[in-house]
Amino acid sequence: MNDTPIHELMACPKCDALHRARHLAPQERATCARCGALLIAPRVRSFLHVVALSFTAMILMVGAVFFPFLKISTQGMSHASSVFEVAMAFSEGWLAPLSFAVMALIVGLPVLRFSALIYTLWPLANGRPAWPHARRIFRLADQLEPWSMAEIFVIGTGVALVKLAGLATVSLGPAFWAFGALIIVTALKNAFLSQWTIWDAIGQS
Amino acid sequence: MGRNRTELSVPTARDAGLTGCTSCGRVWPMGTEHCGRCGARLRPVDRSALQAVWAWWAAGLICYIPANLYPMLRTATLGHEQTNTILGGVIELFAHHNYLVAAIVFIASVLIPVSKFIAIAYLALAVGNEQRAGGHRHLLLYEIVEFIGRWSMIDVFVVAILSALVQLGAVAAIHPGPAAVSFALSVALTMLSAQSFDPRLIWRGPARTEGP
Ligand SMILES: [Zn+2]
Ligand SMILES: [Zn+2]
Repeated sequence: MNDTPIHELMACPKCDALHRARHLAPQERATCARCGALLIAPRVRSFLHVVALSFTAMILMVGAVFFPFLKISTQGMSHASSVFEVAMAFSEGWLAPLSFAVMALIVGLPVLRFSALIYTLWPLANGRPAWPHARRIFRLADQLEPWSMAEIFVIGTGVALVKLAGLATVSLGPAFWAFGALIIVTALKNAFLSQWTIWDAIGQS
Repeated sequence: MGRNRTELSVPTARDAGLTGCTSCGRVWPMGTEHCGRCGARLRPVDRSALQAVWAWWAAGLICYIPANLYPMLRTATLGHEQTNTILGGVIELFAHHNYLVAAIVFIASVLIPVSKFIAIAYLALAVGNEQRAGGHRHLLLYEIVEFIGRWSMIDVFVVAILSALVQLGAVAAIHPGPAAVSFALSVALTMLSAQSFDPRLIWRGPARTEGP
């Protein structure tokens, strides 16, 4: 390993084991020899796939925010709310910062992440050099991943529905289905991402 | 998970006098400050990073206490007002035979946060003291903590949805309680604690610098 040039070496981020990185054929995967973490997984045309899925996710998010989300009715009374109103549930008094946080977790950060991915990968997918600050922006997208919680929100909706069952009738609006589709698109997009391959492409451009 | 892999034969970046970038994987000579490829700050494999883990951990634990003492929800139905703490809500769901939802809320709001505090503390103590490398068991525990921690936020979203939706004037109205804020803070702080934990420490064998 001593005679390998330093730019061909790679350290596992989970256990620090040193590996020699080589170009993999599409569909090949490299895992860490010690801890088994996935290191490199290139996929054919994966950049374009990620860009397309991110665009789809953005469009779904617009629908999810502006269409009616849930509607409740009981004893002749009814009330509908959008996702925006759900976030604003905490807006009274000193709970207000939580409203902002909820909006960020379910809408703001996912949108920021999709935009960052499109910004980084669009030029690369077209074989052009990366746009300015692509490195910082892609790293931001990476760091935001655990904080974008749209899928947790959808499961939360399910729990809320069961809690209300018996008390009132709740109907699902188009925004709910947009959210559901959004988490499927997001999962697909994450499956197409390969950090090492993208960093290589940004570095070479 | 590959129990019989020969772990001693695997060289680490640290052994080779290199620091690996935790963001993109490239290695650089030890002492380099920033990764030349992705620009991330290079973190050497070092136990001093555990201080940040403990700081976030303690802050998260402090926020978790009021989250359990104060009400999460205030429900007003036909003139009656009722408040529910996290555990109170679980008990009520259970009493109404909603066993599945009671289980989900209990797991997300009680079981996961409590096990997460224990698991992070255990990992931080283990890599701080242990005389041998922790190996796959500890890495698995770390990955579970990282993966599952964010799901505790589910209860905050449930409170938000219920409070926004159930606004039926005199018939029924639900308002969020102060516990929602401290619970959300507690989840965020423990996520930061888990993120500051460096899993590469798990594999460091007997302390080389400190000696027995
Ligand atoms: Zn590894
Ligand atoms: Zn890097």
